[in-house]
Amino acid sequence: MSQLATMEVILPRRSLIVLLLFLVPAFAAEQRNPLAGNSKAAKLGEFQFRINCAFCHGLGARGGGRGPDLTRAHKTHGQTDADLFRTINEGISGTAMPPNGTTGQGVGMTDEEMWQVITYIRSVEVKAPIKPTGDAAHGKVLFYGDANCSGCHMVNGKGGRLGPDLSSVGGARAPEYIVDSVRNPSRRLAQGLGEAMKEFPQEYESVSVITADGKKIEGVILNEDSFSVQMMDASEQIYSFDKSALRSFDKNRTSRMPRFDTGLLPDKDLQDIVAYLLSVGGAQ
Amino acid sequence: MKVKCRGLLLAFLFASFLPASSQVTFERLQNSAKEPQNWLTYSGDYAGHRFSALNQIATGNVPSLSVKWVYQTVALGKFETTPLVVDGILYGTGTDNRVFALDARTGRPIWLYQRELPTDIRPCCGRVNRGVAILGDKVFFGTLDAHVIALDTKTGNVIWDATAVDYKGGYSFTLAPLVVKNLVVVGVSGGEYGIRGFVDAYDADTGQRKWRFYTTPGLGEPGHETWEGDSWKIGGAPAWITGTYDPGTNLLYWPTGNPSPSNRGAGRAGENLYSNTLLALDADSGKLTWHFQFTKHDEHDWDATQVPVMIDQGDRHLIAQANRNGFFYVLDRTKGNLVFANPFGKVTWSDRKDAEGRPVSNHQAEPTPNGSVVCPGAAGTTNWESPTFDPQTGLFYVNAREQCDKFSTAPQPYEAGHAYYGSAYFPADDTEPFWGALRAIDPADGKIKWEFQHPSPTWSGILSTGGGLVFTGDAEGNFIALDAATGKALWHFQTGAAVYAAPMAFAIDGKEYVAIAAGSALYTFGLP
Repeated sequence: MSQLATMEVILPRRSLIVLLLFLVPAFAAEQRNPLAGNSKAAKLGEFQFRINCAFCHGLGARGGGRGPDLTRAHKTHGQTDADLFRTINEGISGTAMPPNGTTGQGVGMTDEEMWQVITYIRSVEVKAPIKPTGDAAHGKVLFYGDANCSGCHMVNGKGGRLGPDLSSVGGARAPEYIVDSVRNPSRRLAQGLGEAMKEFPQEYESVSVITADGKKIEGVILNEDSFSVQMMDASEQIYSFDKSALRSFDKNRTSRMPRFDTGLLPDKDLQDIVAYLLSVGGAQ
Repeated sequence: MKVKCRGLLLAFLFASFLPASSQVTFERLQNSAKEPQNWLTYSGDYAGHRFSALNQIATGNVPSLSVKWVYQTVALGKFETTPLVVDGILYGTGTDNRVFALDARTGRPIWLYQRELPTDIRPCCGRVNRGVAILGDKVFFGTLDAHVIALDTKTGNVIWDATAVDYKGGYSFTLAPLVVKNLVVVGVSGGEYGIRGFVDAYDADTGQRKWRFYTTPGLGEPGHETWEGDSWKIGGAPAWITGTYDPGTNLLYWPTGNPSPSNRGAGRAGENLYSNTLLALDADSGKLTWHFQFTKHDEHDWDATQVPVMIDQGDRHLIAQANRNGFFYVLDRTKGNLVFANPFGKVTWSDRKDAEGRPVSNHQAEPTPNGSVVCPGAAGTTNWESPTFDPQTGLFYVNAREQCDKFSTAPQPYEAGHAYYGSAYFPADDTEPFWGALRAIDPADGKIKWEFQHPSPTWSGILSTGGGLVFTGDAEGNFIALDAATGKALWHFQTGAAVYAAPMAFAIDGKEYVAIAAGSALYTFGLP
């Protein structure tokens, strides 16, 4: 059993797929955590969690800058023991969640250690699902209407492109996190593009440039290196510039998202929008 | 194929006026500066300068530098190799203990080797390798299952295979060995597993171990008293970066890593010698001549595993290290006494120095159960990425990282072969974005002359050349040439993936090349 965890790194990807096909039946048999409810295993799992998971998911599994709060009963990518094992072992493609042992920083876990982590997560899980206080239907009306969230954010294929897609945010983030992001959008910028071998993802930084011919363009940074910048303006046009060819290049960490205080968006309305995001994000 | 390759080889061996049978000797290694067309050892020379005297590619023509060939390992993971080039053949390593010999002119493979590794190895920090060493008809490398292996330079056949230690205790090798005389010197990795670190020397002909220096002193040895109880047995202090060597004194300068567990000092009270230390070892016997510990009783994972660079200023024989703890140290390399230590990045763990001038830790920096924010973070102000010393500018160049982390600690039982950190580090909630900079430091006073900022921290090493250039890579995938005097970027190339290796230079048929590994590819650049 412990072979799978390490062999995936050795073998070329095609071999891995073949190997997985062969191993799936035997592997799927392990549907339940063999260490479930074992308090010693939960403690060992906490050590493993702190080493391997806390960097993104925070101490106590309550979520961090990158990773979702894992104390919530709902898990976006499946909540059975087997789902959690698969998520930890194989990662979630298209997200920042890496396969076990492949981050290149720190060590990977054995199967036993992964089950210990799952035991730990179960021990800190809040059993009751989150019950949003707001009215999701009204939240949707606001999202696409008066609050104009959809001017910049997309949900399930509908909306704007300047800000992050919020289709799954309700499943990944606690309501308090979403509230804070609306009330204080600059406090912690959302993360954008993450490249395979790059340590840190790009964030939604604001940028203002003046081109050689004097044109001023403002927007968000899609990607950047020492020599070039890729950006999007409010009309969703994508630009590429060599920094050396610009008259000026200013980026800053004040989000282009307006600060929605209670005057702009009363608590009740914000709770409705949160309820909407939780309902589409699969949080219930 | 084989016949063709040999014909080709002869062609350029004649062209570069080298006898076809010439082999790397200890004499050649000592005099590597006399053959700048070759890159004979990890840092390019015994002094750790990573400087190439080649000057064909220079500040004036570097904007026209272009790719000459690319070799794809098509292997996942961080590609950390510094290739060697000897008389037209390039020797490099890839992840999972791949070793390859290429025609350095065309990038075409001459032989390929990959070790069959046990399935239960658990190396920390990627299944990486940083390169080979060469002597005579053999290339040497260390494996992820803690073997040292000699391969035939012409075929890649295994000549000998020495087991250093049982890998199941968390031991592995990731560094490029250093050949000194007839010895192959290696240091072990595994500071995340509660190993007992060591530096080993093997007979290059037979693979027989000639000496071992344990980096945590045993019963009755000096320094043993710096460990609480039996903690020295699992005290870490790995030695996972290639050291340097002074033929004048016959001393090896080998740096060591963190004490285990890295984020928890409780249970290992004391200074924890020889963790985070520069060791000066007699090359023949492995006996300790002097030592200098940079971070005592470390709780922040600040391995001192940065290449120690030998610098001579008049009749002063110095050794400099830009340390992971944020200070740039200059020592007298004959005696090991500190000349000065100056910060080269943001440092919050120390605000005073002792009588010797050594930075002393303040207690605010100690990890707590819920975490305390300390600068630098766990990855350090720099890490294993190679610095360079350019004798033309007299400057020391290092890639620095500006990142603070929140360090937490928790008791953790030791279990052989299992990760043993004593907790964790992570970004602080209100942390500033991390960034990096290539900094040019004057080793006379530790002052920073200029810096070239990177948008995010890089793991790339640096090469300086006789053409007045320094080459570096960045996390955004660029390979960059800077003016060594001013830091002005003169050229860059987008490789497509973050750089986790150090550049090197070589020449064939009178043409200079610069090479860097990035992604799963080895890129080689030259003038049109």
